[in-house]
Amino acid sequence: MSDRITTADVVKVAKLARLDLAPQEIERMTAQLDGMLEHFADMDALDLSHVAPMTQPYPLRNVFRDDVVQPGLDREEVLAAAPRVEEGRFHVPPIIGLDS
Amino acid sequence: MSGAPAPQAATAAAIAAQVRSGALKAVDVVEQHLARIDAREGEIHAFNLVMADQARAAAAAIDARVAAGEQVGPLAGVPIALKDNMCTRGVPTTCSSKILDGWRPPYDATVVTKLAEAGAIVIGKTNLDEFAMGSSTENSGFGPTRNPHDTSRVPGGSSGGSAAAVAAGFSAVSLGSDTGGSIRQPAALCGVVGVKPTYGYVSRYGLIAFASSLDQIGPFATTVEDAALVLDAIGGHDAHDSTSIPESHPSLVDVLDRGVEGLRVGRITDLPEGADPDVVERLEAAFDALRAAGATIVDVEVPAFGYALTAYYLIAPAEASSNLARFDGVRFGLRVDSPDTNSMYSATRAAGFGEEVKRRIMLGTYALSAGYYDAYYGRALKVRKLIHDDFARAYQSADVLLTPTSPTVAFPFGAKGDNPLAMYLCDLYTIPTNLAGHPGMSVPFGTGADGLPVGVQILAGTLDEPTMFRVGAALERAAASEGSRP
Repeated sequence: MSDRITTADVVKVAKLARLDLAPQEIERMTAQLDGMLEHFADMDALDLSHVAPMTQPYPLRNVFRDDVVQPGLDREEVLAAAPRVEEGRFHVPPIIGLDS
Repeated sequence: MSGAPAPQAATAAAIAAQVRSGALKAVDVVEQHLARIDAREGEIHAFNLVMADQARAAAAAIDARVAAGEQVGPLAGVPIALKDNMCTRGVPTTCSSKILDGWRPPYDATVVTKLAEAGAIVIGKTNLDEFAMGSSTENSGFGPTRNPHDTSRVPGGSSGGSAAAVAAGFSAVSLGSDTGGSIRQPAALCGVVGVKPTYGYVSRYGLIAFASSLDQIGPFATTVEDAALVLDAIGGHDAHDSTSIPESHPSLVDVLDRGVEGLRVGRITDLPEGADPDVVERLEAAFDALRAAGATIVDVEVPAFGYALTAYYLIAPAEASSNLARFDGVRFGLRVDSPDTNSMYSATRAAGFGEEVKRRIMLGTYALSAGYYDAYYGRALKVRKLIHDDFARAYQSADVLLTPTSPTVAFPFGAKGDNPLAMYLCDLYTIPTNLAGHPGMSVPFGTGADGLPVGVQILAGTLDEPTMFRVGAALERAAASEGSRP
């Protein structure tokens, strides 16, 4: 068994990520993720207490433009790419009224 | 089985000049390239889609404009291949993933619009590691691409199809995307020039996102001049991408013959080990060539360089796990029917994504999940800052830095086996630049083991593409004169 990550962790993460993984995939993924996390422990040697996190290469700034009406994507063209549509909208299975 | 590289096709610069003057017809240029594709694509598999009819029609339109005396752009009649993660309106765009098989985008990426304005002719969409996750193109959902120099070996990745297309003469130039080395590494393995510009230099609008704070589009070419020509055409601010840099940038084509006299070329003394001896030998030859051309070699340190792999493989999967949430079977691509939405999402994503994509989504979701965020993602962001600051310090005493692009020459299929970390190490030298947001390029510089191409990587500070290209051009001249010696 793994030290850093367990199969139970992997099952939980797969649920969060909306990925159906087969039992053998869970096993393999647990071993591989464990190997990676072991490698990533190299950064434990660094003192990062006074370092600010960097989320992107340039300082965040607001970007504004004039509020002018512009054409959007063509509705028919967008819907044509969808797996299932109904009355000009994306069709999905029921969201409420089920237990899961 | 081993194949010789294609006979060298004309450069983009030569094609455009002759098409503009009327000395050469764009339709003939396209036919020449389609003939090369016919002859060898079955063996190479550079493309997910060859757009023969559209390319012929676009070429005829260029010829008609030339005949009518109209101005045509700087890439007039130049066949270009696009990595299949760039949206082309009405033309299938797959990211080499089964989850997007058959999807036709309702809009063009900004680079596609700009290429059309410049007169370039899109000849096809190229193969990649699924969603640009990989270093060999073995992770494609539609089968691997083979290296034109030796078809028993990988072309590198993830932009392996775009690199192979240029190396095989299927297109004069091509575009790839580089999140951790996905342009530079395959360029090195296929013996062509590959450039990752400064983050924000080229609009990402219409590039299907992998890791948004790292992704950047750039060119593949057979010459440094052609790479500059393409980058001049696709660069610039775009209102559709709020991270694109507002300032205009100077023409890169104009700086190529300025030489390297007086430039300071940095050698990273604490560079992580791992490069093969043949690669190190070529890097040393590159330092010698630049010294002979008038540059000064200086020692610099980038202490956090060696931690980049860790920071990258936490940050990039974290961003990917968020970006790839949109592939859920609702608006585009594959859907696996199921009685409720949650099980439909999970079944669709399980069926549509390949193993490496699932692995990265899992790693990223884990790194961002409650209880692990601070220990993994949070710390990785701080390591990213260290790397950025170390580079900034290095660029105070050096104008550019020189490193290997890839630790090895092209490797055989299956060589990295079932070990994801072994594959990740292919990007050891390219990843830090993406984290810093700086530009980098790979220039072919001779051959290593088994006569296979070796690339040397040139790194520069933010928006210092002009200096980087000057050094690239100098290395290209040195490689040419070395090659012509008896």
